[in-house]
Amino acid sequence: MTQPLLEVRGLTKSFGGVAALSDGQFTLMPGSVHALCGGNGAGKSTFLKIVMGIEQRDNGTVNVMGKAAVFSRPSDALTAGISIIEQELSPVPAMSVAENIYLGREPVGRFGRVDFRKMNRDAQALLDDLHFRISARSLMMDLTVAELQLVEIAKALSYNAEIIIMDEPTSALGEAQADELFAAIARLKAQGKGIIYVTHRLSEIFGIADRYTVFRDGRFVQSGAMADVSRERLIEMIVGRPLTEEFAKTNTPTDETVMTVTGLNSAGFVRDVSFDLRRGEILAFYGLMGSGRSEIFERLFGLLPDEGGEITLMGKRVSLAAPKQAIDAGLAFVTEDRKGSGLNLMADVRDNICMARLEDLSRAGLMSRKREASAARQMIEAFGIKTPTDRLDVSGLSGGNQQKVVLGKWFLTRPHILLLDEPTRGVDVGAKREIYRVMSEFAQGGGAVIMISSETDEVLGMADRVIVLRDGRISGEVGRSELSAAALLNLAA
Amino acid sequence: MNTTAADRDIKTMAVQYGQKYGILIALLLVCVALSVVNEFFLTQRNIINVLRQASINGILAIGMTFVILTRGIDLSVGSVVALAGVVSASMATTSSTAAVAGAPYAFYIAFAVGILVGMAAGWINGILVAYFNVPAFVTTLGMLSAARGLTLLYSGGRPVPSLTPEYRFIGTGDLFGVPMPIALFALVFVLAYFVLSSSRFGRHVYAAGGNPHAARVSGINVKRVRMVVYVISGALAGLAGMVLAARTGSALPQAGVAYELDAIAAVVIGGTSLSGGVGRVTGTLIGALLISVVNNGLDLMGVESYYQQVIKGMLIVAAVMLDQARHKHA
Repeated sequence: MTQPLLEVRGLTKSFGGVAALSDGQFTLMPGSVHALCGGNGAGKSTFLKIVMGIEQRDNGTVNVMGKAAVFSRPSDALTAGISIIEQELSPVPAMSVAENIYLGREPVGRFGRVDFRKMNRDAQALLDDLHFRISARSLMMDLTVAELQLVEIAKALSYNAEIIIMDEPTSALGEAQADELFAAIARLKAQGKGIIYVTHRLSEIFGIADRYTVFRDGRFVQSGAMADVSRERLIEMIVGRPLTEEFAKTNTPTDETVMTVTGLNSAGFVRDVSFDLRRGEILAFYGLMGSGRSEIFERLFGLLPDEGGEITLMGKRVSLAAPKQAIDAGLAFVTEDRKGSGLNLMADVRDNICMARLEDLSRAGLMSRKREASAARQMIEAFGIKTPTDRLDVSGLSGGNQQKVVLGKWFLTRPHILLLDEPTRGVDVGAKREIYRVMSEFAQGGGAVIMISSETDEVLGMADRVIVLRDGRISGEVGRSELSAAALLNLAA
Repeated sequence: MNTTAADRDIKTMAVQYGQKYGILIALLLVCVALSVVNEFFLTQRNIINVLRQASINGILAIGMTFVILTRGIDLSVGSVVALAGVVSASMATTSSTAAVAGAPYAFYIAFAVGILVGMAAGWINGILVAYFNVPAFVTTLGMLSAARGLTLLYSGGRPVPSLTPEYRFIGTGDLFGVPMPIALFALVFVLAYFVLSSSRFGRHVYAAGGNPHAARVSGINVKRVRMVVYVISGALAGLAGMVLAARTGSALPQAGVAYELDAIAAVVIGGTSLSGGVGRVTGTLIGALLISVVNNGLDLMGVESYYQQVIKGMLIVAAVMLDQARHKHA
């Protein structure tokens, strides 16, 4: 039997007396893609941080290529042949792509001068090898988020590491770019490298991984070959209880139209978008990144200026020129970027929940602490937000619970129409299900939902109707009965 | 690994207390130390002296707190102190050379004009920062220069002397035995505390500073909030300018130079984050008092004033280091 690239046994780690990891086990074989699965708080990030040398373990063994390894800093792990593509990007915006890739290890010529020609050439070769269509000379600040992610990937691969950790590498990528990444992963695998792949997107795991390891509550649960496990079984292991149905869909659309949009333009490239939304319906906007999905939401919510088009809500013409107007008209907008525009990470759970409805919680400009506290309590209960107190900083919550805080904030405004932009991004399977349940119940209770999702499964599972967008225009509409992944992709690309 | 859970709990508690009351503890320790080494420190006269010295900086620092909470900075307050001082003083002087036509006016008119001058300067800062996206540092640096220039133009570079007794009252009078500068500082503090902790506008300030994007999506008019905080800072600079003029008996065109630095120092020492969204006006109060107590203590011990600046500098940096350390723990 070949020697494993990485073998971890009995790894433990506590933070301030709380065990984050109590039995971490993992075996990575050469030439394999190994999915590390688990919900938020399962111990995945702690495990990765120890393997990368960011945190020190309390106990346990880590063997890299048969040798016991102790990493006291990230560069130790890098030297040992472990590199990582991180979820959070860390570009130096004013530097070129090549400079970013070779940051801190620039090729040096005579007199200690940086050899820019070699650096640009090497970087371009690396990008071309990966089929990433990015110029090594362009500045990081001129790239899109997806391109930044690709550069990050190229950088991680440039270390020629034997073990590559990928933490949610596709979270900012469109389908086509994700496919490029998957092709690159296949080539790495063929070269005998080992890849640890972390994602909440199960379909990706089933697409590219050979093996899986599941962590739950800081413990190793099981590992095995992907071929031997079903999607349902994997979800059960991650969540720790049998799931009846992944997509809890209970709503049925009515014939009553609540919103009509005609000829809407936005953001300079979204043109002539028209659609109806019915009470009780979950409508999905599907399209690649840059197809104009989010820009439609931003226009409807008054975040982008009026560039023409009519919006009618419950039969009344509205302008929706500012977020306040949209909120008063009964719209709520869960944005794509939870940390960037959803939450105030400096504030606590209560202040975040109350943020969009301060008028109702105050009289003559004075806040009522009692009403704020009771509003927060109500939402914490309604969404099952796991927090010891509503005075805890929201930054201390898991991704799923943070998203529930955002939902709580919006439900407090008693909306009629929910705009959900990637509502389950970075959220674990258990919390995803609850978000689906909330959507369904909201629609069934007389509301209407428009959702944007890059996850085809989610769209197929939840939507009553899908409007597909391409380059800022509607390229087609698919009803629930004709819904299929092929139909969507065909219209989107 | 040898520490027990109980040890750790005590340590955590100590850290938490240190976080919450660190600056207050520092202030108390300095006070205790000074009262031991110098018997004069705890006398009523000296305490009033310390508070009076803290009051003008304290009033400015409270305005600065609002601005810094929204991720801004107001470098112009020192110049606005001088501008509001000379303009309002010129309406309350009996000196024929420095007065505007019709002076001296009733003190409340001069007073209102001083506040309005400050608000106008703040309004211009606010419009530029909030609606024209000029960085606050640049905008208020420009106002620092422009307001000083206007002060010199308006006064011809000469002090405005011979203020009416009514006007001088806000600097030298007593309210129920409390000197007016201290009473005004206390009033401003109570109002600011109330606004930041209990008003809807206060919630808007924290949200707009904590995450302007999220605040905007949540229906908060972030631009308006950002404009208003500069108007508040300007108005308080106007008030401070008049208190200063009233105390000294004449408004000096070179008054208030570098006052913005002490105001920012008080805010930062008080634990308000320069990156916005986090901080309290009680911290600012303690920060202003700490600066004043340290200056006073060094005076009492006969330390040369040049050293005082060095020590103040170290104090500011130490306070921010403490702040960084506490963020790492949290």
